[in-house]
Amino acid sequence: MAIELKKPSRRQLLVAGGLVGGGLLLGVAVSGPSRRGLADKLAAEGGERFVTTWLKISPDNIVTVYVPHSDMGQGPITALAMMAAEELEADWSLVRAEQAPAEKAFANEALGNRFLDGDAVPPMLKGVTAATWTKVAQFMNLQVTGGSMAVRYTGHHGMRVTGAAAKDMLVKAAAARWGVSPAQCTAALSMVRGPAGQTATYGELAADAADYSPSAAPKLKAKKDYTIVGTPRPRFDIPAKVDGSAMYGVDARPEGLLYAAVHLAPVFGSTVAAYDASEILTRRGVRQVVDFPGGVAVIADNYWRAKEAALALDVTFDTKGNEAISSETIFAAHDAALDAGKSDKDFETGNAPRAFEGASRVVEASYRVPYLAHACMEPMNCTIWIRDGKADVWLGVQDPLGARARIAEIAGLDFDNVTLHPMLLGGGFGRRIPIRAGFFDFPSEIDFAAIIAKEVAAPVKLIYTREDDIQHDAYRIASTSRLRAALDDNGFPVAWENRYVHKDEPGEAPHIPYAVANQSIRFVEIDNPVPRGPWRSVAHTQHTFFNESFVDELAHEAGQDPFEYRRAMLKDQPRHLAVLELAAEKAGWGRPLPAGRSRGIAIQQSFGSIVAEVAEISIVEPGEVKVHRVTAAVDCGEVIHPDTAAQQVESAIIYGLTAALFGEISIEGGAVAQTNFTDYEMLKLADTPAIDVHFIESGAPLGGLGEPGTPPISAAVANAVFSLTGQRIRQLPLKNHKLSPAAGQFARAAD
Amino acid sequence: MSITLRVNGTRHDLDIEPDMPLLWALRDEIGLTGTKFGCGVAACGACTVHVDGVAMRSCVTPVEAVDGAEITTIEGLAAVSGAAEGHLSALQQAWIEAQVPQCGYCQSGMLMAVSALIAENPQPTDEDIDAAITNVCRCGTYPRVRAAIRSVTAA
Repeated sequence: MAIELKKPSRRQLLVAGGLVGGGLLLGVAVSGPSRRGLADKLAAEGGERFVTTWLKISPDNIVTVYVPHSDMGQGPITALAMMAAEELEADWSLVRAEQAPAEKAFANEALGNRFLDGDAVPPMLKGVTAATWTKVAQFMNLQVTGGSMAVRYTGHHGMRVTGAAAKDMLVKAAAARWGVSPAQCTAALSMVRGPAGQTATYGELAADAADYSPSAAPKLKAKKDYTIVGTPRPRFDIPAKVDGSAMYGVDARPEGLLYAAVHLAPVFGSTVAAYDASEILTRRGVRQVVDFPGGVAVIADNYWRAKEAALALDVTFDTKGNEAISSETIFAAHDAALDAGKSDKDFETGNAPRAFEGASRVVEASYRVPYLAHACMEPMNCTIWIRDGKADVWLGVQDPLGARARIAEIAGLDFDNVTLHPMLLGGGFGRRIPIRAGFFDFPSEIDFAAIIAKEVAAPVKLIYTREDDIQHDAYRIASTSRLRAALDDNGFPVAWENRYVHKDEPGEAPHIPYAVANQSIRFVEIDNPVPRGPWRSVAHTQHTFFNESFVDELAHEAGQDPFEYRRAMLKDQPRHLAVLELAAEKAGWGRPLPAGRSRGIAIQQSFGSIVAEVAEISIVEPGEVKVHRVTAAVDCGEVIHPDTAAQQVESAIIYGLTAALFGEISIEGGAVAQTNFTDYEMLKLADTPAIDVHFIESGAPLGGLGEPGTPPISAAVANAVFSLTGQRIRQLPLKNHKLSPAAGQFARAAD
Repeated sequence: MSITLRVNGTRHDLDIEPDMPLLWALRDEIGLTGTKFGCGVAACGACTVHVDGVAMRSCVTPVEAVDGAEITTIEGLAAVSGAAEGHLSALQQAWIEAQVPQCGYCQSGMLMAVSALIAENPQPTDEDIDAAITNVCRCGTYPRVRAAIRSVTAA
């Protein structure tokens, strides 16, 4: 398809051009104007044409929004389409949305890395040629969905600006057609109207609009004029998810498909020493075996046959001595490293050592959390067909381009010869990111699938069993945090010290929002072969439990109400304060509860949003926590889609509550002791508390919502447990604690 | 060995092992992928189907045990519920109204479990729902699942 390009100005984010033969294209000029041409070739069909990289208007006046993010259930496809449609003045009933193909024209690297302010082109992308794109993809995690960033970066900077620019171009085209000025025309509901009652649909104007340059900084609508954003529009993805037609990675069925199951080394870091496949190769349907460093795959014509054979396969592994590793040795190593006193600086202010010297009261406590698995409902899988120097991949992944690059590298193919067909994700939560920049790099099922596919002359679908998934995850790290605070005469901290294990992402997670003049937050690193990776809200999960539990200890030590104590320390943090107060108010903080119930509170800012949660609990036989109600207050700046926003916070709370109550991956003999949902327990319908979510639209920059609901819940519940029982929970999960409400009555009597 | 599976009103004569779980016969032999693999040990309910109207976890149900039985999967739920061709069942509609699914992976099993419950017990108490619906959803759609059930039953 021949492209006639208009020259974009150097600072322009959006470039326009026309197809030879008429038409309109509009793209984001991150890697130069060629991106737009590429996008057109890949996604425009049958007389349709792009208005932007993310917008396409077809002759029947349907607007299609291509969203460069994976939908793992968090609803970005619909929310981002709403943001584009709002500025475009589109008729929502004529808007469609889908995930962008795994092509670099649709990458969100500039948005994810916040390069869209000022000069649009990140220096490292200037002059990038096609041949170097694989490398760029590896470095930049293109198309990554994570960090709760879809709406706050892609949506705000990308969708709104492109939607508004497209609308302006359509209006100009209409004005020229009618010989009037653009100011005399109005756009609404996918139609432009002229001063004499003329009308033209966007579909009719798209081709003419190509003659106009897009504005780099189109005027955006005022929030008060929104008709789509801020309303609960039904999600595009839902209907296919109630009739069985939604296609996840595990559902890919290319012609001639074979299935792979793996017998993985249970002990981390092991390699295959020997195996005997003679018996299983005689089994019905079994075609071949393929070994790789960490295991052996069995290929068969039905997954059950492959799985049964893989299970029966006799394999010996070289465990490299790693069977000596256990949770006990790992936590002992934490203690040894912390005892050694040699740490690296995370954040320091004032002079904490001096403040401790002069302190009248010092409180200290040591906290600990175990490894956690993600346990996505859809077991890990990857389908690859390699033939004629090319590969087709069917995969649901949080980073389609990164996965493409990884598979190309392992299969020894050019990036351009790998086609990725993005499939739905049956859960993500950080597990489905194949390249984990900043995390311990480990071979994943995607790597194994590529190794296997190279040896199989047919498309082959690798599926992990649930046992493989639980025992070969990239785990939320196990961590230890030793906290110490010096209190002044009023009971408020003048010094805060934290020595913790593993600096994780995001870097600010261990920091506290409270006004403490002297702080010393430092960390130690321990190496071990347990793979680790991002888990919903990443480092915020452990640090919010540590910090917000410890603050609760300080409040108790000071003899103050935990809410009022936090409130006093947040008086110079208006957003935090408002969130904390709203959560307390909606939860009825301070109001009497039925006998045997108590409340706990916690707050954390993560991914740009501030969330406070109040948990209301009781203790039920035999000494277990029952969570009755969780009240959440959230300041995410602005709410785009109120229904999915609330749903994401509910989801994040339930995900975090499962971990707080039950979540524990323990290491025994160098391997994961848990196997399936039978011993890695999940919250179910009967255990689910009532959840109320309240939003504050402070107008602050858009915050994320996929993750920020998770961090506060464990501390909120643990603090409620203390309030009721007097038992301070310094290690998760709660199931490991035998709780008794009677103990609390004694504790309170002693106060 | 020949096994006869009657799935969503269609007869399938399959030459498969009698101990093959129904889940894999549905997915890999017949090609109905709406029924999901979640755990393989009947612990999560993602694979729930109806066998003669009763909810069963197909990942641990050998095909020989359902030879000749009437099996309904999510693909056949609307039809078996009496919905017109191309339409959804009232329960599926309720799922859309309440915007229940997030990632959606567990929802086939969730809908099959709930539809079997309501068929047997049209006005379940909350305790009935708690006891019957033990499916795992990692996205935490439980509050909406309950709300959707309540929209088609009396609280």
